[in-house]
Amino acid sequence: MKAVVHVMLKQGVLDPQGEAVRHALGALGFGGVEGVRQGKVIELDLAETDRDAAEATVREMCEKLLANTVIESFRVEIA
Amino acid sequence: MKAAVIVFPGSNCDRDMAVALRAAGADVSMVWHKEAELPSGLDLIAVPGGFSFGDYLRCGAIAAQSPICRAVVDHAGRGGFVLGVCNGFQVLTETGLLPGALMRNGSIRFVCRSQPLRVETNASAFTSGYAAGAEIALPIAHHDGNYFADAETLAALRAEDRVAFRYVGNPNGSVDDIAGVLSENRRVLGMMPHPERAIEPAHGATDGAALFAGLVGALVSG
Repeated sequence: MKAVVHVMLKQGVLDPQGEAVRHALGALGFGGVEGVRQGKVIELDLAETDRDAAEATVREMCEKLLANTVIESFRVEIA
Repeated sequence: MKAAVIVFPGSNCDRDMAVALRAAGADVSMVWHKEAELPSGLDLIAVPGGFSFGDYLRCGAIAAQSPICRAVVDHAGRGGFVLGVCNGFQVLTETGLLPGALMRNGSIRFVCRSQPLRVETNASAFTSGYAAGAEIALPIAHHDGNYFADAETLAALRAEDRVAFRYVGNPNGSVDDIAGVLSENRRVLGMMPHPERAIEPAHGATDGAALFAGLVGALVSG
């Protein structure tokens, strides 16, 4: 079973890298980009076959390591 | 006074930290990250600067999960002293020993320079060698030193006099100009500036020496 974790800076936390990407897009002539937020995507291959158990485990992984919940939020997709 | 310096793959200020502690009179051992136990009878653990585990995932995140960090957390739980500098500060926030987090600098640039700081409190073993309010200068060298904490945490840090150092001229976007914070029991300090890089005239600055002298002095007499 595959899981995909999306980690993003929380809303309200300044994302200077996203801002830099937004400026660079503007410099390339892409107008109208009003905001860019940059995050991470982490793909996991799991031996677990039960969907709910997999999701619970991955959420625990996020809380303990994959995200820093002081500044980041996460979303788990089980594929 | 017994101290240990933790060494991770990618640490690069570990030996400077050991030199600074020894110069202040501490008996220092180096501890590799795979050790699960610390030497007995430690008064202080120093978590040095560098790029532990290549800063993979987040700065300090992988180091914070290493076996030795569980021992560091236990040491702090027993009331032991812990000093984290630069990457060491990032590791301590990732373990939860200190509140907040260190994010990419607001400028997105790596900053490497001498940085003026204000010593905000001398009510800790770490800052007892300074006068409260003193302005000093220490080297900074980081890409991810932008301190963030939520409003509630910031209010607690201020109310409990736990901001140890503030930047004079904010180099990285840190909230409230915070350069270093203390734990609730004032025995864990994390700071982005490098006191171990300013302990002798050959370094070009000596303002860091008072931190180590004050710390070792306080732990010897305590």
